[in-house]
Amino acid sequence: MALTIASREVDGITVLDLSGRITLGEGSVQLRDAIRGLIGKGTKNILLNLGKVDYIDSSGLGELVSAYTTAKNQQAEVKLLNLTKRVHDLLQLTKLYTVFDIKDDEASAIASFK
Amino acid sequence: MESVSQVEAAACKLAAETGLNDDERFHVTMAAREAAVNAVLHGNEYDPAKRVTASFENNGEALVITVADQGKGLDPKTVPDPLAPENLLRGTGRGLFLIRSFMDEVHFRQLHPGTELTLVKHLSPADKRSIKRLNRDFNAG
Repeated sequence: MALTIASREVDGITVLDLSGRITLGEGSVQLRDAIRGLIGKGTKNILLNLGKVDYIDSSGLGELVSAYTTAKNQQAEVKLLNLTKRVHDLLQLTKLYTVFDIKDDEASAIASFK
Repeated sequence: MESVSQVEAAACKLAAETGLNDDERFHVTMAAREAAVNAVLHGNEYDPAKRVTASFENNGEALVITVADQGKGLDPKTVPDPLAPENLLRGTGRGLFLIRSFMDEVHFRQLHPGTELTLVKHLSPADKRSIKRLNRDFNAG
């Protein structure tokens, strides 16, 4: 299933609800464009809701890292929300769990930006 | 990227016909996909004149998947460790690590030109089902 991205605002935080796969050719470019678009508009706080992302490959992992570093370079912040077990396991295996601020509850994730 | 999807689908089908559990089937399928991505992207460098060749075998003892490209060749020793602190924030370089993490054996063979990766997943006695072999030849793109 291709990646779909829906954007919403919660207490000034931009939440991107992602659904589908983040893989080379199937979602990594969409994610990159979405993040760069937000950062380009001056958005500082971005929460990626991965609750409906059932598959990420190495390119998708790289895209998450790029989102993190792109934001950091612009004094913005990207956090992750609601990892599925598969995505959680991949982030642990690749040690990216130590890079990202990862939340499993949206309210506390939103509050953590303030 | 059609060839990547085809390799992924064939590996998924092969793994599904064993007694491997969900996680193991996922690992085999993902490793095959990563090998195909490497072949298309880093091996053939998207050159439509070059081909990716893959084979999928359940020999009764193990699942054996080979993926070959026609690129310049890959020396696995030159691939940086993606877990090293200085590499953690790199956007690329995790594919081979995932393949090695998910499979029991990974072998490289230089083809001049190209590289062949052989991925092996051992089957426990309960996993051993029908012996099956499938050869596929894909376009590079």
